[in-house]
Amino acid sequence: MAELSQSETRSDARDAADAQRKSGLNARWHRLSINQKQVVWAWAFLAIPIVFYVVVRFYPTGNAFVLSFQEWNLLNDREWVGLENYIDLWNNDVFWVVFVNTFEYLIIGTPISLVVSFFIAYHLDKVRFMHGTIRALYFLPFMTSAVAMAWVWRWFYQPVPIGVFNNFLAQFGIPQIGFLNSTTIALPAVLAPAVWAGLGFQIIIFMAGLRAIPATYYEAARVDGVSNWTMLWEITLPLLKPTIVFLVVFSSIGFLRIFDHVFNMTTNNPGGPLNSTKPLVLMIYETAFGGRSQMGAAAAQTVVLFVILLVVSLVQLRIMRDK
Amino acid sequence: MAVADDLQIKASSETLLNTAAPKRPRNYAQFIRWGLLFFGGLVMVMPLVYMISTSLKYSFEVYNLNLIPEEPTLDNYIYVLADGRFFNWFINSLVIATLTTISTLIFDSLVGYVLCKFKFRGRYLIFIAILSTLMIPTEMLVIPWYLMSQQLGWLDTYWGIMFPGLMTAFGVFLMKQFFESVPDDFLEAARIDGLNELQIWWFVAMLLVKPALAALAIFVFLGNWTAFIWPLIATTDTALYTLPVGLSSFGDEADVAWELIMTGAAISTLPTLVVFLIFQRFIIRGVVMAGLKG
Repeated sequence: MAELSQSETRSDARDAADAQRKSGLNARWHRLSINQKQVVWAWAFLAIPIVFYVVVRFYPTGNAFVLSFQEWNLLNDREWVGLENYIDLWNNDVFWVVFVNTFEYLIIGTPISLVVSFFIAYHLDKVRFMHGTIRALYFLPFMTSAVAMAWVWRWFYQPVPIGVFNNFLAQFGIPQIGFLNSTTIALPAVLAPAVWAGLGFQIIIFMAGLRAIPATYYEAARVDGVSNWTMLWEITLPLLKPTIVFLVVFSSIGFLRIFDHVFNMTTNNPGGPLNSTKPLVLMIYETAFGGRSQMGAAAAQTVVLFVILLVVSLVQLRIMRDK
Repeated sequence: MAVADDLQIKASSETLLNTAAPKRPRNYAQFIRWGLLFFGGLVMVMPLVYMISTSLKYSFEVYNLNLIPEEPTLDNYIYVLADGRFFNWFINSLVIATLTTISTLIFDSLVGYVLCKFKFRGRYLIFIAILSTLMIPTEMLVIPWYLMSQQLGWLDTYWGIMFPGLMTAFGVFLMKQFFESVPDDFLEAARIDGLNELQIWWFVAMLLVKPALAALAIFVFLGNWTAFIWPLIATTDTALYTLPVGLSSFGDEADVAWELIMTGAAISTLPTLVVFLIFQRFIIRGVVMAGLKG
């Protein structure tokens, strides 16, 4: 009770002070020039966003770097260990398997999805009849959730008599494929739904790029008797370069960060069989939240992920800008 | 050599003038192209069709590859929804995705507007600082967010799931681009009419960038509706799961009851699919806009 009344009187006092300051502020506000007022408005508008970016983006980023040099399992005190987390990671055999897997997702996923989506976009661009319907068919998978589709594809991959693919193969007398049980096929099998779901977006972006190329270029080429194939290589692809660069970088980052599909298609043995599908993000998740709570080690892994993403994007931009 | 070149030019210009003869094989090729594209499109939606078809089947029919169930039933939906959890997760996802979308639209457009239309020292620095956060992968922030939420008691709350997504750097960039197309004269006119800066932003500038807001809304809503890793980490209480997290745990638990898993998958996918089919043209335009400007 006493506390409450005390706080009330305090808030009364604050109100009074506020009112006083307000009248003072008002007078001062009117003395400001238009430009000065603009500056005040700008910072007032930016106040909440700045707090957000500092607290939810910059501070955690710094925290992740700091944590990567510490050892902490949430229970004991944080302990500085220098580069130990990174050295442990370097000497960890599983990490190198995971590292290779992560790049396998990138190296298989990006070229296939780009070539297929360009092929479809190139031809769909020349089709008028039911154009919108066909485009919608290709785009629909993009609107799905990765988790739901991972479970659908997981069902597809089951052995006979459950799985759709193996049932289909059996009808033609083709032997069974243990999609998710084989150490060699599991990774592409997990990757397939990720490629599938992303195609729609890439097709739409490619078609917008194709639409932006002036028709006069093609008309001029046609008058010169240039073949379709030459037009594709000499006009379409060079003029499409900004679109291609964007899609390469964008989809590479996506494949390097693959997680939802792998996690949900291998819940019984995450990243299995024998770590053959485990990407770096899944390893991070397991290190931090898989029971042992090795926060420092997991933070070091996220720093490695950050460096990988940065280096891959920069290398891609450099290579493609030079061309 | 020169003669041959001449001949070639002549032949091609002739075919240009003579439209009837060479067009027939072209139509034929066009027909094949259309057929293959259409077939490819059908293959693309096959997983979705199978998902829906299986969700309408009894368990004994699941192993049958037919697309149209022999005995269609809504039993799976009734079973899954009567259980209560999916309904709960659906509401969680809806509330979280809606609130984050609203917050993102307001703050991203506000920041984009200020960075575009206000001249003040530090503007460029703030823009670069915000853009630089695009380079940092979510996975890197997830551990600090978790530690922060744990200390502040945000785990297993709506706020805890939502706070990392309340603003996006991508949205700021997109909105800034679009505000460039709003003429300063409009804003100046409103200023002379006595509107304050907040009113000018909300009543004048925002109305002029509606298409961009819609495009951003689609991306942000879809992103939050399907978000997985952070809600997975931020919740341990099943009552607070979002649809993807719930489906993931449900799938494990249902084990081999594939018709139930497909029903759960359908429940979490159908809303966005239906929205897409209704606003198709609009959404595709939005995606292109966001993709190309972003």
